[in-house]
Amino acid sequence: MRIGNFNLMSYRHLPSDFSKTNESVWVNFDTKLLDPVLLCQDFSDTLDEHEYAASVGFDMLGMNEHHGNGYGLMPSPNLMAAALARRTRDAMLLVLGNSLALYNPPQRVAEEFAMLDCISGGRVIAGFPVGTPMDTCYVYGTNSSELRDRYYEAHDLIIAAWKNKEPFSFKGRFNQQRYVNITPRPVQDPHPPIWIPAGGSVETWRFCALHDYVYCYLTYFGYLSGEKIIKGYWDEMKDAGKPPNPFQAGIVQFVGVADSFDEALKLYSEPATYFFNNILHVNPRWTVAPGYITEATARAGIASQVQAAANRSVASQAQADTRHLEFREMVEKGFVIIGEPDQVAEKLRHVATSQNVGNILAMAQFGNMNSELARYNMKRIAQEVKPQIQDIFEKEWEHPNWPKPVNFAPRRADPR
Amino acid sequence: MNPITETIVEVAGGPCRVWEKGHGEPLGVLFGLGGCPRWSPFLELLAERRKVIVPSLPGFQGSGTQYRTLDGHLDWITATLDLLEAAELTGADIVGSSVAGMLCAEVAALVPASVRRLVLCDSYGIFDVQDPGGDVFALMPDDSVALQTNDLDKYKELFDARDEDDQVEWKISLFRANEAAARIIWPFGDRGLEKRLHRVRVPTLLLWGANDRVVPPSYMKRFAAHIAGPVKTKVIANAGHLSWLDQPKRSADAILNFLSSE
Repeated sequence: MRIGNFNLMSYRHLPSDFSKTNESVWVNFDTKLLDPVLLCQDFSDTLDEHEYAASVGFDMLGMNEHHGNGYGLMPSPNLMAAALARRTRDAMLLVLGNSLALYNPPQRVAEEFAMLDCISGGRVIAGFPVGTPMDTCYVYGTNSSELRDRYYEAHDLIIAAWKNKEPFSFKGRFNQQRYVNITPRPVQDPHPPIWIPAGGSVETWRFCALHDYVYCYLTYFGYLSGEKIIKGYWDEMKDAGKPPNPFQAGIVQFVGVADSFDEALKLYSEPATYFFNNILHVNPRWTVAPGYITEATARAGIASQVQAAANRSVASQAQADTRHLEFREMVEKGFVIIGEPDQVAEKLRHVATSQNVGNILAMAQFGNMNSELARYNMKRIAQEVKPQIQDIFEKEWEHPNWPKPVNFAPRRADPR
Repeated sequence: MNPITETIVEVAGGPCRVWEKGHGEPLGVLFGLGGCPRWSPFLELLAERRKVIVPSLPGFQGSGTQYRTLDGHLDWITATLDLLEAAELTGADIVGSSVAGMLCAEVAALVPASVRRLVLCDSYGIFDVQDPGGDVFALMPDDSVALQTNDLDKYKELFDARDEDDQVEWKISLFRANEAAARIIWPFGDRGLEKRLHRVRVPTLLLWGANDRVVPPSYMKRFAAHIAGPVKTKVIANAGHLSWLDQPKRSADAILNFLSSE
């Protein structure tokens, strides 16, 4: 089992009445709410927390890309990974990832991941998300009906750029380049492992199964909500004749550890309710870009993660008295796994074995959690939970999509 | 009155539905947002005086999924020209509404012989950031519909599935029409038409719903200022973006009057 520290870097200082007084945390988000000086501190804290997570024993550090919002403040996760590449030695860098259709030309993604791979000595995992409709269609203005075709074409270009050792011409529907010949090359040969963050579209099951990429289910609603989606993926793998290697699947899960369940309730209630009630406050009108949900997915009756979240946000607002989701409910529904270390280990073991998932991206820092609590949580997860579950699947399966770091002397002498 | 005949023609490697009804000189009518799910009172009124031919653009009702292979504005203009040709409308009078209005204006500008007289109803094609219309693609479905029409009952009558319709396929047909419209105009329907409108030299009628909140009536002046051909303008009272739906009689009368006077 591989366990990561995953952080969206949500804005930690939204006013308590944000969801009552603001339409949306995304697209038409009121950026005047962002205090640049507080953000300097937040970026510093976030990077420090990742470094800390690496030092206490997390296998990987995860970050992702969002635009025009207060939900995730890293439009370029590559910049975060670059900073972490210099300050960590062993943890893998899970950049989950670059929304391929947004880069013009997409070669940029191949180049930046290659740079990161060299800076980190081959510790990069390259995430290839389609991106949310808010990020891609509304904020970045990508044609919603062309988004997926642009994504697939960008994927083909990037893989070709990594694999071809000679200059080549690329003639796509959206990208034409006479001379593709990237420098540097990634140090992992032929390229870093590829993980696909997914929100539940049937095409992504097939895409991962076809290319042997890790299917990484990004859910805000815990392992229970992921059951149908993960099962769909494993069914697709079976149909494709692929072995059910649990390392080919990942899931995001909020985790909070304390001395006791009651103590955990007390510690993690505020950051969790802040996250679910403010950070997920997306107006659902920013999720309906035509064609973003594919026809196949629409026919299968699957709503996207972002749609589900946004609809929930509206539904909860409709009930004036109970508009705020209670923390106990989040725990009961599995959105958040909390407790003393043995309890948390047992629940995570259940998540892993019941859904056959070999990569858990633990959100140890979420909502408006302060850095001190985040570190406390990270340390206890890494040192008291992880040892109980890290052997799961490791004897039976090889991880086919784990980075292969190279040996090099990263710092010959103190440059100062 | 003869019944509606349906023909399937091939455009851009897939099928496109062509409806026809009435006698006399052919009059092409191309619909935009929402497409043309049923024969409507507006078309019926036109068909009393003309042979009305209604080709569906790729992605709209009665067509296939070939619209997903159309990758840019030139592909869409080419498909529109092919569709007009296949529907035997080359050189005929053409009415284009909403999204289709933009494509019909392009066709009239780039291939002058393709259109005899042009009617643009609430047409996309120009966007001014200082005078924006509403974003139909950034609203929940009910709100988007409310933005497009003044008359929800008429909208439902035409666009909602009836008991005899295949409920799933009906929804999918609207899903595709919505996606195809987005593919043509995302994010706000300006592909530089303003730079080509001076090539529209045919008599043109600009017909706008007074309450069009998608492409506001103020845009009529922008179109009129650039089109070289003789331009008439008409604002339809109590009508929104789908002015032909909200006010079928006034819309049809305006079109027929224009065509008989020019």
